[in-house]
Amino acid sequence: MDFLRPAGWEEALAVKAEHPDTVPIAGGTDVMVEINFDRRRPDRLMDLGRVEELRDWEVGEETVRLGASVTYTQIMENLRTELPGLAIASHTVASPQIRNRGGVGGNLGTASPAGDAHPALLAAGAEVEAESVRGSRRIPIDAFYTGVKRNALAPDELIRAVHIARADGPQQFSKVGTRNAMVIAVCAFALALHPRTRTVRTGIGSAAPTPVRAAEAEEFLAGALEEEGLWESRGAVPPSVAAHFARLAAASCAPIDDVRGTAAYRRHAVAVMARRTLGWSWESYRGGRSAPCV
Amino acid sequence: MRVSFTVNGRRQEADNVWEGESLLFALRERMGLPGSKNACEQGECGSCTVLMDGVPVCSCLVAAGQAEGRDIVTVEGLADRAARRSGRDAPGTSLQDARGWRPDDPGLSPVQRAFVDAGAVQCGFCTPGLLVAADDLLEREPRPSDADIREALSGNLCRCTGYEKILDAVRLAAARTREREGER
Repeated sequence: MDFLRPAGWEEALAVKAEHPDTVPIAGGTDVMVEINFDRRRPDRLMDLGRVEELRDWEVGEETVRLGASVTYTQIMENLRTELPGLAIASHTVASPQIRNRGGVGGNLGTASPAGDAHPALLAAGAEVEAESVRGSRRIPIDAFYTGVKRNALAPDELIRAVHIARADGPQQFSKVGTRNAMVIAVCAFALALHPRTRTVRTGIGSAAPTPVRAAEAEEFLAGALEEEGLWESRGAVPPSVAAHFARLAAASCAPIDDVRGTAAYRRHAVAVMARRTLGWSWESYRGGRSAPCV
Repeated sequence: MRVSFTVNGRRQEADNVWEGESLLFALRERMGLPGSKNACEQGECGSCTVLMDGVPVCSCLVAAGQAEGRDIVTVEGLADRAARRSGRDAPGTSLQDARGWRPDDPGLSPVQRAFVDAGAVQCGFCTPGLLVAADDLLEREPRPSDADIREALSGNLCRCTGYEKILDAVRLAAARTREREGER
Protein backbone atom coordinates (compact mmCIF):
# COMPACT_ATOMS: atom_id res chain seq x y z
CA MET A 1 0.00 0.00 0.00
CA ASP A 2 1.19 3.52 -0.74
CA PHE A 3 0.46 6.39 1.62
CA LEU A 4 0.30 9.69 -0.25
CA ARG A 5 0.34 13.12 1.36
CA PRO A 6 -0.41 15.75 -1.24
CA ALA A 7 0.50 19.22 0.02
CA GLY A 8 -2.30 20.89 -1.92
CA TRP A 9 -5.51 20.43 -3.86
CA GLU A 10 -3.96 20.46 -7.35
CA GLU A 11 -1.58 17.71 -6.34
CA ALA A 12 -4.43 15.64 -4.90
CA LEU A 13 -6.38 15.96 -8.15
CA ALA A 14 -3.32 14.91 -10.14
CA VAL A 15 -2.92 11.77 -8.01
CA LYS A 16 -6.60 10.90 -8.41
CA ALA A 17 -6.34 11.40 -12.18
CA GLU A 18 -3.30 9.18 -12.51
CA HIS A 19 -4.59 6.51 -10.11
CA PRO A 20 -8.40 6.64 -9.94
CA ASP A 21 -8.44 3.73 -7.49
CA THR A 22 -6.75 5.94 -4.87
CA VAL A 23 -8.83 6.06 -1.69
CA PRO A 24 -8.98 9.56 -0.20
CA ILE A 25 -8.90 9.75 3.59
CA ALA A 26 -9.79 12.89 5.53
CA GLY A 27 -11.37 12.35 8.97
CA GLY A 28 -10.81 8.62 8.54
CA THR A 29 -13.95 7.73 10.47
CA ASP A 30 -15.28 5.53 7.64
CA VAL A 31 -12.10 4.51 5.78
CA MET A 32 -10.15 3.41 8.86
CA VAL A 33 -12.98 1.19 10.08
CA GLU A 34 -12.87 -0.68 6.78
CA ILE A 35 -9.09 -1.03 6.94
CA ASN A 36 -9.09 -2.04 10.62
CA PHE A 37 -11.59 -4.78 9.87
CA ASP A 38 -9.82 -6.03 6.75
CA ARG A 39 -12.76 -5.11 4.55
CA ARG A 40 -10.63 -2.96 2.32
CA ARG A 41 -6.99 -3.00 1.22
CA PRO A 42 -6.56 -0.11 -1.21
CA ASP A 43 -3.33 0.11 -3.18
CA ARG A 44 -3.16 3.80 -2.41
CA LEU A 45 -4.38 5.84 0.52
CA MET A 46 -4.31 9.61 0.03
CA ASP A 47 -4.37 11.81 3.14
CA LEU A 48 -6.29 15.04 2.47
CA GLY A 49 -5.39 16.38 5.92
CA ARG A 50 -2.81 18.76 4.52
CA VAL A 51 -5.12 20.34 1.95
CA GLU A 52 -5.94 23.49 3.86
CA GLU A 53 -8.66 24.85 1.59
CA LEU A 54 -10.87 21.82 2.32
CA ARG A 55 -11.21 23.06 5.89
CA ASP A 56 -12.56 26.50 4.99
CA TRP A 57 -16.13 27.69 4.62
CA GLU A 58 -17.53 30.84 3.08
CA VAL A 59 -20.91 32.31 3.93
CA GLY A 60 -22.35 33.91 0.80
CA GLU A 61 -25.60 35.74 0.30
CA GLU A 62 -27.58 32.71 -0.87
CA THR A 63 -25.44 29.75 0.00
CA VAL A 64 -22.70 28.49 2.27
CA ARG A 65 -19.75 26.93 0.51
CA LEU A 66 -18.70 24.29 2.98
CA GLY A 67 -15.25 22.78 2.43
CA ALA A 68 -15.33 18.97 2.29
CA SER A 69 -13.27 18.55 5.48
CA VAL A 70 -15.02 21.10 7.70
CA THR A 71 -15.79 19.01 10.77
CA TYR A 72 -19.19 18.42 12.31
CA THR A 73 -17.93 20.18 15.45
CA GLN A 74 -17.13 23.30 13.41
CA ILE A 75 -20.55 23.18 11.74
CA MET A 76 -22.26 22.96 15.15
CA GLU A 77 -20.18 25.79 16.56
CA ASN A 78 -20.13 28.19 13.62
CA LEU A 79 -23.01 27.59 11.22
CA ARG A 80 -26.11 27.13 13.37
CA THR A 81 -27.78 30.24 12.02
CA GLU A 82 -27.03 29.65 8.36
CA LEU A 83 -27.44 25.88 8.32
CA PRO A 84 -29.69 24.98 11.29
CA GLY A 85 -30.82 21.60 9.94
CA LEU A 86 -27.28 20.46 9.21
CA ALA A 87 -26.11 21.77 12.59
CA ILE A 88 -28.73 19.70 14.42
CA ALA A 89 -27.89 16.66 12.30
CA SER A 90 -24.18 17.19 13.00
CA HIS A 91 -24.88 17.12 16.72
CA THR A 92 -26.37 13.63 16.36
CA VAL A 93 -23.27 12.24 14.68
CA ALA A 94 -21.58 9.63 16.88
CA SER A 95 -19.51 11.31 19.61
CA PRO A 96 -17.34 14.39 20.19
CA GLN A 97 -14.26 12.42 19.09
CA ILE A 98 -15.86 11.49 15.77
CA ARG A 99 -17.36 14.96 15.22
CA ASN A 100 -13.87 16.42 15.70
CA ARG A 101 -12.66 14.45 12.67
CA GLY A 102 -15.56 13.66 10.37
CA GLY A 103 -17.13 16.05 7.88
CA VAL A 104 -19.76 16.30 5.19
CA GLY A 105 -17.33 15.52 2.33
CA GLY A 106 -16.67 12.10 3.82
CA ASN A 107 -20.36 11.51 4.48
CA LEU A 108 -21.03 12.22 0.78
CA GLY A 109 -18.08 10.15 -0.38
CA THR A 110 -19.26 7.13 1.60
CA ALA A 111 -22.88 7.83 0.59
CA SER A 112 -24.29 5.45 3.18
CA PRO A 113 -28.10 5.64 3.29
CA ALA A 114 -27.65 6.12 7.07
CA GLY A 115 -25.29 9.12 6.83
CA ASP A 116 -26.62 11.82 9.15
CA ALA A 117 -25.85 14.81 6.92
CA HIS A 118 -27.83 13.60 3.90
CA PRO A 119 -31.42 14.31 5.04
CA ALA A 120 -30.42 17.82 6.13
CA LEU A 121 -28.68 18.51 2.80
CA LEU A 122 -31.70 17.24 0.85
CA ALA A 123 -34.07 19.41 2.89
CA ALA A 124 -31.98 22.57 2.73
CA GLY A 125 -31.12 22.19 -0.95
CA ALA A 126 -27.48 21.72 -1.92
CA GLU A 127 -25.01 21.09 -4.71
CA VAL A 128 -21.86 19.01 -4.46
CA GLU A 129 -18.79 20.66 -5.98
CA ALA A 130 -16.81 17.84 -7.57
CA GLU A 131 -13.49 18.46 -9.19
CA SER A 132 -10.95 16.59 -11.28
CA VAL A 133 -8.06 17.66 -13.50
CA ARG A 134 -10.71 17.88 -16.25
CA GLY A 135 -12.50 20.66 -14.40
CA SER A 136 -15.09 21.41 -11.77
CA ARG A 137 -18.82 20.70 -11.78
CA ARG A 138 -21.79 21.07 -9.47
CA ILE A 139 -23.91 17.98 -8.85
CA PRO A 140 -27.42 18.72 -7.50
CA ILE A 141 -27.89 16.83 -4.24
CA ASP A 142 -31.02 15.14 -5.62
CA ALA A 143 -28.89 13.51 -8.33
CA PHE A 144 -25.91 12.69 -6.12
CA TYR A 145 -26.99 9.47 -4.41
CA THR A 146 -27.15 6.70 -7.01
CA GLY A 147 -27.38 3.52 -4.91
CA VAL A 148 -26.40 1.92 -1.62
CA LYS A 149 -23.03 3.51 -0.85
CA ARG A 150 -22.80 4.77 -4.42
CA ASN A 151 -22.67 8.32 -5.65
CA ALA A 152 -22.42 10.31 -8.87
CA LEU A 153 -18.68 11.03 -8.62
CA ALA A 154 -16.51 10.00 -11.56
CA PRO A 155 -13.50 7.83 -10.64
CA ASP A 156 -11.08 10.72 -11.06
CA GLU A 157 -13.15 13.23 -9.08
CA LEU A 158 -12.79 14.45 -5.51
CA ILE A 159 -15.30 16.42 -3.45
CA ARG A 160 -14.05 19.97 -2.98
CA ALA A 161 -17.03 21.51 -1.20
CA VAL A 162 -20.79 21.49 -0.76
CA HIS A 163 -22.87 24.53 -1.60
CA ILE A 164 -25.81 24.57 0.78
CA ALA A 165 -28.68 27.04 0.58
CA ARG A 166 -28.74 29.36 3.58
CA ALA A 167 -31.82 28.83 5.71
CA ASP A 168 -34.67 31.19 4.86
CA GLY A 169 -36.92 29.59 7.46
CA PRO A 170 -36.96 27.06 10.28
CA GLN A 171 -35.32 23.67 9.77
CA GLN A 172 -35.45 20.51 11.85
CA PHE A 173 -33.82 17.10 11.98
CA SER A 174 -34.86 14.01 13.88
CA LYS A 175 -33.22 10.62 14.20
CA VAL A 176 -34.27 7.32 15.74
CA GLY A 177 -31.72 5.17 17.54
CA THR A 178 -31.32 3.10 20.66
CA ARG A 179 -29.46 5.80 22.56
CA ASN A 180 -28.44 9.42 22.20
CA ALA A 181 -24.77 9.08 21.25
CA MET A 182 -22.85 6.63 19.11
CA VAL A 183 -25.84 5.54 17.10
CA ILE A 184 -26.30 4.68 13.45
CA ALA A 185 -29.72 5.96 12.48
CA VAL A 186 -32.50 3.39 12.41
CA CYS A 187 -34.10 6.11 10.32
CA ALA A 188 -33.94 9.90 10.18
CA PHE A 189 -36.03 12.78 8.87
CA ALA A 190 -35.19 16.39 8.04
CA LEU A 191 -37.56 19.19 7.19
CA ALA A 192 -36.92 22.72 5.96
CA LEU A 193 -39.53 25.42 5.52
CA HIS A 194 -38.69 27.81 2.70
CA PRO A 195 -41.04 30.77 3.25
CA ARG A 196 -39.42 32.81 0.48
CA THR A 197 -40.45 30.34 -2.21
CA ARG A 198 -43.34 29.01 -0.14
CA THR A 199 -42.02 25.51 -0.46
CA VAL A 200 -41.18 22.73 1.93
CA ARG A 201 -38.32 20.31 1.45
CA THR A 202 -37.60 17.07 3.24
CA GLY A 203 -34.95 14.39 3.51
CA ILE A 204 -35.25 10.82 4.73
CA GLY A 205 -32.32 8.72 5.92
CA SER A 206 -31.94 4.97 6.41
CA ALA A 207 -35.35 4.13 4.98
CA ALA A 208 -34.49 3.48 1.31
CA PRO A 209 -31.42 2.32 -0.65
CA THR A 210 -30.34 5.97 -0.79
CA PRO A 211 -31.24 9.11 1.14
CA VAL A 212 -34.45 10.38 -0.48
CA ARG A 213 -36.86 13.27 -0.44
CA ALA A 214 -40.56 12.80 0.25
CA ALA A 215 -41.59 14.69 -2.89
CA GLU A 216 -45.31 13.98 -2.73
CA ALA A 217 -45.47 14.94 0.91
CA GLU A 218 -43.63 18.20 0.17
CA GLU A 219 -46.02 19.11 -2.64
CA PHE A 220 -49.09 18.26 -0.62
CA LEU A 221 -47.93 20.31 2.37
CA ALA A 222 -46.90 23.34 0.31
CA GLY A 223 -50.29 23.19 -1.46
CA ALA A 224 -52.20 22.93 1.81
CA LEU A 225 -50.29 25.80 3.42
CA GLU A 226 -50.94 27.96 0.37
CA GLU A 227 -54.59 27.06 0.12
CA GLU A 228 -55.28 27.91 3.75
CA GLY A 229 -53.21 31.10 3.56
CA LEU A 230 -51.02 29.87 6.41
CA TRP A 231 -47.74 31.36 5.18
CA GLU A 232 -49.28 34.83 5.73
CA SER A 233 -51.57 34.16 8.68
CA ARG A 234 -49.01 32.01 10.49
CA GLY A 235 -52.00 30.06 11.77
CA ALA A 236 -51.78 26.52 13.09
CA VAL A 237 -51.42 23.64 10.64
CA PRO A 238 -54.64 21.59 10.86
CA PRO A 239 -53.98 18.15 12.41
CA SER A 240 -55.50 16.46 9.35
CA VAL A 241 -52.93 18.18 7.12
CA ALA A 242 -50.06 17.14 9.41
CA ALA A 243 -51.37 13.57 9.51
CA HIS A 244 -51.63 13.31 5.73
CA PHE A 245 -48.17 14.83 5.33
CA ALA A 246 -46.86 12.14 7.69
CA ARG A 247 -48.62 9.36 5.75
CA LEU A 248 -47.17 10.59 2.45
CA ALA A 249 -43.69 10.84 3.98
CA ALA A 250 -43.92 7.21 5.13
CA ALA A 251 -45.11 6.23 1.67
CA SER A 252 -41.96 7.60 0.04
CA CYS A 253 -39.78 5.18 2.00
CA ALA A 254 -38.58 1.87 0.60
CA PRO A 255 -37.12 0.40 3.78
CA ILE A 256 -35.81 -3.06 4.54
CA ASP A 257 -35.77 -5.28 7.63
CA ASP A 258 -32.31 -5.38 9.15
CA VAL A 259 -30.58 -5.66 12.52
CA ARG A 260 -31.45 -2.10 13.43
CA GLY A 261 -35.18 -2.27 12.74
CA THR A 262 -37.93 -3.65 10.57
CA ALA A 263 -39.28 -2.01 7.44
CA ALA A 264 -42.67 -1.56 9.10
CA TYR A 265 -41.10 0.14 12.12
CA ARG A 266 -39.11 2.47 9.88
CA ARG A 267 -42.24 3.52 7.97
CA HIS A 268 -44.04 4.15 11.21
CA ALA A 269 -41.13 6.11 12.71
CA VAL A 270 -40.69 8.25 9.58
CA ALA A 271 -44.37 9.23 9.79
CA VAL A 272 -43.96 10.17 13.46
CA MET A 273 -40.80 12.19 12.77
CA ALA A 274 -42.41 13.93 9.79
CA ARG A 275 -45.32 15.06 11.93
CA ARG A 276 -43.07 16.15 14.81
CA THR A 277 -40.50 18.03 12.73
CA LEU A 278 -43.37 19.81 10.98
CA GLY A 279 -44.82 20.74 14.37
CA TRP A 280 -41.52 22.08 15.71
CA SER A 281 -40.69 23.98 12.53
CA TRP A 282 -44.13 25.48 12.12
CA GLU A 283 -44.29 26.60 15.75
CA SER A 284 -40.96 28.30 15.21
CA TYR A 285 -42.25 29.95 12.01
CA ARG A 286 -45.37 31.11 13.84
CA GLY A 287 -43.15 32.60 16.53
CA GLY A 288 -41.58 34.66 13.78
CA ARG A 289 -38.11 33.29 14.32
CA SER A 290 -36.20 32.57 11.17
CA ALA A 291 -34.28 29.72 12.71
CA PRO A 292 -35.22 27.28 15.44
CA CYS A 293 -33.58 27.16 18.83
CA VAL A 294 -31.01 24.42 18.77
CA MET B 1 7.30 4.03 6.20
CA ARG B 2 8.69 6.31 8.87
CA VAL B 3 6.36 8.66 10.72
CA SER B 4 7.50 11.35 13.09
CA PHE B 5 5.33 13.40 15.37
CA THR B 6 5.27 14.90 18.85
CA VAL B 7 4.07 12.59 21.59
CA ASN B 8 3.52 14.04 25.05
CA GLY B 9 5.74 17.01 24.36
CA ARG B 10 8.67 15.10 22.87
CA ARG B 11 9.50 14.50 19.23
CA GLN B 12 9.26 10.78 18.41
CA GLU B 13 9.75 8.61 15.37
CA ALA B 14 8.14 5.33 14.44
CA ASP B 15 9.74 3.08 11.86
CA ASN B 16 8.34 0.28 9.73
CA VAL B 17 4.87 1.72 9.99
CA TRP B 18 2.47 -0.06 7.66
CA GLU B 19 0.58 2.42 5.47
CA GLY B 20 -2.85 1.26 6.64
CA GLU B 21 -1.88 1.21 10.28
CA SER B 22 -3.75 3.28 12.86
CA LEU B 23 -2.17 5.87 15.11
CA LEU B 24 -3.33 3.69 18.02
CA PHE B 25 -1.27 0.75 16.74
CA ALA B 26 1.76 2.96 16.20
CA LEU B 27 1.50 4.34 19.75
CA ARG B 28 1.06 0.96 21.38
CA GLU B 29 3.18 -1.35 19.29
CA ARG B 30 5.85 0.90 17.76
CA MET B 31 6.36 3.31 20.64
CA GLY B 32 5.56 1.00 23.54
CA LEU B 33 2.85 3.25 24.99
CA PRO B 34 0.04 0.88 26.00
CA GLY B 35 -1.98 3.50 27.87
CA SER B 36 -4.35 4.12 24.98
CA LYS B 37 -6.53 1.03 24.79
CA ASN B 38 -7.63 -0.97 21.79
CA ALA B 39 -11.17 -2.28 22.06
CA CYS B 40 -13.62 -1.72 19.23
CA GLU B 41 -11.36 -0.43 16.43
CA GLN B 42 -14.33 1.42 14.95
CA GLY B 43 -14.61 4.59 16.97
CA GLU B 44 -17.49 3.46 19.14
CA CYS B 45 -15.90 2.95 22.56
CA GLY B 46 -13.49 5.86 23.00
CA SER B 47 -10.88 3.72 24.85
CA CYS B 48 -8.23 4.90 22.39
CA THR B 49 -8.97 8.63 22.80
CA VAL B 50 -5.92 10.89 22.47
CA LEU B 51 -5.54 14.61 21.81
CA MET B 52 -4.42 15.43 18.29
CA ASP B 53 -3.40 19.07 17.95
CA GLY B 54 -5.32 19.63 21.18
CA VAL B 55 -8.58 17.98 20.10
CA PRO B 56 -9.90 14.60 21.34
CA VAL B 57 -9.98 11.98 18.59
CA CYS B 58 -10.21 8.21 18.38
CA SER B 59 -6.65 7.17 17.59
CA CYS B 60 -7.94 3.93 16.03
CA LEU B 61 -9.51 6.00 13.25
CA VAL B 62 -6.48 8.16 12.49
CA ALA B 63 -4.06 6.60 10.02
CA ALA B 64 -0.57 6.73 11.53
CA GLY B 65 0.62 8.61 8.45
CA GLN B 66 -1.95 11.32 9.10
CA ALA B 67 -0.23 12.08 12.40
CA GLU B 68 2.99 13.12 10.64
CA GLY B 69 4.13 16.40 12.17
CA ARG B 70 1.15 16.61 14.50
CA ASP B 71 1.04 16.99 18.26
CA ILE B 72 -0.30 13.97 20.13
CA VAL B 73 -1.06 13.71 23.85
CA THR B 74 -1.86 10.31 25.36
CA VAL B 75 -2.99 9.44 28.86
CA GLU B 76 0.69 9.03 29.75
CA GLY B 77 1.22 12.74 29.08
CA LEU B 78 -1.73 14.17 31.01
CA ALA B 79 0.31 15.02 34.11
CA ASP B 80 2.82 16.93 32.01
CA ARG B 81 0.01 18.68 30.19
CA ALA B 82 -1.66 19.67 33.45
CA ALA B 83 1.65 21.04 34.74
CA ARG B 84 2.09 23.08 31.57
CA ARG B 85 -1.46 24.38 31.88
CA SER B 86 -0.83 25.64 35.40
CA GLY B 87 2.37 27.36 34.33
CA ARG B 88 4.75 24.91 35.96
CA ASP B 89 7.86 23.49 34.34
CA ALA B 90 6.79 20.77 31.92
CA PRO B 91 9.60 19.07 30.02
CA GLY B 92 7.35 16.57 28.26
CA THR B 93 7.15 12.87 29.01
CA SER B 94 9.76 10.54 27.57
CA LEU B 95 8.77 7.12 26.29
CA GLN B 96 10.73 5.55 29.09
CA ASP B 97 9.01 7.59 31.79
CA ALA B 98 5.66 6.87 30.20
CA ARG B 99 6.34 3.13 30.25
CA GLY B 100 7.40 3.30 33.88
CA TRP B 101 4.24 5.06 34.96
CA ARG B 102 2.67 3.82 38.21
CA PRO B 103 -0.71 4.60 39.74
CA ASP B 104 0.89 5.69 43.02
CA ASP B 105 3.08 8.13 41.12
CA PRO B 106 2.87 11.59 42.68
CA GLY B 107 2.91 13.04 39.19
CA LEU B 108 -0.76 12.52 38.51
CA SER B 109 -2.85 15.11 36.73
CA PRO B 110 -5.78 16.50 38.75
CA VAL B 111 -8.23 14.50 36.70
CA GLN B 112 -6.28 11.27 37.26
CA ARG B 113 -6.08 11.97 41.00
CA ALA B 114 -9.82 12.58 41.10
CA PHE B 115 -10.58 9.28 39.32
CA VAL B 116 -8.48 7.44 41.92
CA ASP B 117 -10.04 9.27 44.86
CA ALA B 118 -13.61 8.93 43.62
CA GLY B 119 -13.22 5.22 42.91
CA ALA B 120 -14.09 5.82 39.28
CA VAL B 121 -11.96 2.93 38.08
CA GLN B 122 -13.21 -0.61 38.03
CA CYS B 123 -11.63 -2.86 35.40
CA GLY B 124 -9.76 0.18 34.13
CA PHE B 125 -9.97 -0.48 30.42
CA CYS B 126 -12.05 2.56 29.52
CA THR B 127 -10.23 4.78 32.02
CA PRO B 128 -7.45 6.21 29.81
CA GLY B 129 -9.93 7.37 27.17
CA LEU B 130 -12.22 8.87 29.80
CA LEU B 131 -9.28 10.68 31.40
CA VAL B 132 -8.24 12.26 28.11
CA ALA B 133 -11.83 13.28 27.29
CA ALA B 134 -12.41 14.62 30.82
CA ASP B 135 -9.13 16.53 30.83
CA ASP B 136 -10.09 18.20 27.56
CA LEU B 137 -13.52 19.12 28.94
CA LEU B 138 -12.07 20.72 32.09
CA GLU B 139 -9.59 22.69 30.04
CA ARG B 140 -12.39 24.13 27.90
CA GLU B 141 -14.97 24.41 30.66
CA PRO B 142 -13.75 24.69 34.27
CA ARG B 143 -17.35 24.75 35.54
CA PRO B 144 -19.06 22.02 33.59
CA SER B 145 -22.72 21.28 34.20
CA ASP B 146 -23.77 17.63 34.44
CA ALA B 147 -25.08 17.95 30.90
CA ASP B 148 -21.67 19.22 29.75
CA ILE B 149 -19.97 16.24 31.40
CA ARG B 150 -22.37 13.74 29.88
CA GLU B 151 -21.94 15.29 26.46
CA ALA B 152 -18.13 15.36 26.70
CA LEU B 153 -17.99 11.72 27.81
CA SER B 154 -20.69 10.46 25.44
CA GLY B 155 -18.11 8.87 23.18
CA ASN B 156 -16.55 6.78 25.94
CA LEU B 157 -18.15 3.51 26.96
CA CYS B 158 -17.70 1.94 30.39
CA ARG B 159 -19.16 -1.54 30.94
CA CYS B 160 -18.44 -1.76 34.68
CA THR B 161 -19.29 1.23 36.78
CA GLY B 162 -22.50 2.62 35.40
CA TYR B 163 -20.84 6.04 35.07
CA GLU B 164 -21.97 7.53 38.39
CA LYS B 165 -18.53 7.44 39.97
CA ILE B 166 -17.00 8.67 36.74
CA LEU B 167 -19.30 11.71 36.84
CA ASP B 168 -18.36 12.16 40.53
CA ALA B 169 -14.68 12.10 39.58
CA VAL B 170 -15.07 14.79 36.92
CA ARG B 171 -17.07 16.98 39.32
CA LEU B 172 -14.36 16.45 41.95
CA ALA B 173 -11.56 17.34 39.55
CA ALA B 174 -13.44 20.49 38.50
CA ALA B 175 -14.07 21.53 42.10
CA ARG B 176 -10.44 20.99 43.10
CA THR B 177 -9.13 22.87 40.13
CA ARG B 178 -11.35 25.84 40.92
CA GLU B 179 -10.30 25.69 44.56
CA ARG B 180 -6.64 25.65 43.63
CA GLU B 181 -7.04 28.54 41.30
CA GLY B 182 -8.81 30.50 44.03
CA GLU B 183 -12.14 30.66 42.14
CA ARG B 184 -10.72 32.98 39.56
